[in-house]
Amino acid sequence: MKLRDLAHSRAGDKGDTSNLSLIAYDASHYEHLRRHVTADAVRSHLGGLITGSVVRYELPTLAAFNFVITGALGGGVTRSLALDAHGKSFSSALLELEIADPG
Amino acid sequence: MTRDTIRLGSGAGYSGDRIEPALELVERGEIDYLVFECLAERTIALAQQARRRDPDAGFDPLLGSRMRAVLGPALQRGVRIVTNMGAAHPVAAAQRTASIARELGLAPLRVAAVTGDDVLAHVLEGDYRFEESGTPLRELGDRILSANAYLGISPICAALRTGAQVVITGRAADPALFLAPLVHEFGWSMTDWERLGQGTVVGHLLECAGQVTGGYYADPGHKDVPDLARLGFPIGEVQADGSLVVTKVASSGGRVTAATCKEQLLYEIHNPARYFQPDLVADFSQVRIEELGADRVRVLGGRGAPPTGTLKVSVGYVDGWVGEGQISYAGTNALARAELAREIVRERLRLTGVSMSESRFDLVGVDALHGMNLARRGEAPYEVRLRVTGRASSMSEATRIGNEVETLYTNGPAGGGGVTKHAREVVAVQSVLIPAGATVAGVRLCEVAA
Repeated sequence: MKLRDLAHSRAGDKGDTSNLSLIAYDASHYEHLRRHVTADAVRSHLGGLITGSVVRYELPTLAAFNFVITGALGGGVTRSLALDAHGKSFSSALLELEIADPG
Repeated sequence: MTRDTIRLGSGAGYSGDRIEPALELVERGEIDYLVFECLAERTIALAQQARRRDPDAGFDPLLGSRMRAVLGPALQRGVRIVTNMGAAHPVAAAQRTASIARELGLAPLRVAAVTGDDVLAHVLEGDYRFEESGTPLRELGDRILSANAYLGISPICAALRTGAQVVITGRAADPALFLAPLVHEFGWSMTDWERLGQGTVVGHLLECAGQVTGGYYADPGHKDVPDLARLGFPIGEVQADGSLVVTKVASSGGRVTAATCKEQLLYEIHNPARYFQPDLVADFSQVRIEELGADRVRVLGGRGAPPTGTLKVSVGYVDGWVGEGQISYAGTNALARAELAREIVRERLRLTGVSMSESRFDLVGVDALHGMNLARRGEAPYEVRLRVTGRASSMSEATRIGNEVETLYTNGPAGGGGVTKHAREVVAVQSVLIPAGATVAGVRLCEVAA
């Protein structure tokens, strides 16, 4: 299944750093997401889109995560040549990640 | 005497936002304050350029339209307005607001302008390096256009204490526009970190207006939101202890749910436990969100810690020129023709000696947003749009990029159409941190006599 079946996401931008929230629809899937959607998994999924690091913050009280990705926005929205200079559509890219069925 | 509950309405999430939802909040939202957050990172640098061309300009281009729409109804109902639409020139924005009030016969009115965010002289004299690139600010020389510090709540609270019905700032921390009325009304201490932290949660949830009431959330059949064309903007009902209920005007479009609030809570946040603000370091990591009923969501648990003692400053500077051209192909083999067009333009730019320090050759509809790895090319698309863009060292060089795409009309693959091209000067933004004491904020009043 795709991550989008278990969680939703919104992308934000500050300078050249993008943040992607990941919020479980069902709080009982939080542990499953925590196990599978690691910073490394996100890094390898987004691949060439990012030049910097991926850090994951955990928010168990909200059944949510926040991924902070540096070097993701072509130098930042004000100077990027990208069609989506804010990286707003990265949330959709994240949710394409294939993930095991939590059962 | 302090109040039990304050209702804050959020009238704009960015400079170009819709205006009717703000009027709806004033007329039907039973709000005490209407806050317009309209200042993106780069907006103030562009506004500073406008002010250099015209000394009476430099504030938000929609200030006049917004004030004409809401000022009368707001004064009638005792709703106070707080906004950062002053951009690069809060005093001129206050004067314009006063002159609109005179024109509309609205008096008496006191408008307060918050000044002191412009720290260009300070950073030019100092020895600052950019947080993002690590390079010295001085290296940019006369390319620097503006430097504005994110002010905290103190000068906004001072403006509110003058009794002004309208408070207009330049650069201030976005949540501060909402936190200041709470501190002013409830008399919270400037060292009550828990309440200031929860008040920052209030501001952060409301500052993007429709983004917490179902805007930017819908995914048809998956995450449905009703009536986005009539999206209602949010109301924050805040108690004296800081507890918040997010809601909206009944019968307006959109929805407020735990999920919409969670998406907005984490929007543009890095470490949720360390959200840097001028007046505190806010901690969103223990926030709890609970649905009370239809379009009523309770949010609790924001906390905080003392501030770092530095203020973030956005520095705007001229960063070269960018040129761009686009052209579309359709039907069978559209992708192959677009790819051929891409190779032709690439070679032409090389042959004619257009120097670009950075460039992109995107196929819109195929690989423009996320590259080929995520796109995993499947069925051939019916239509494809080539987009060529590059960074050049002058306006005339930048213009040649779009021109080369345009010449595909008579020199390129069959059936190319819909060429667009443009070139522009780039105004980029980076930040530096300055000591909080380096700013001298003030309040200027503008009166409309009865």
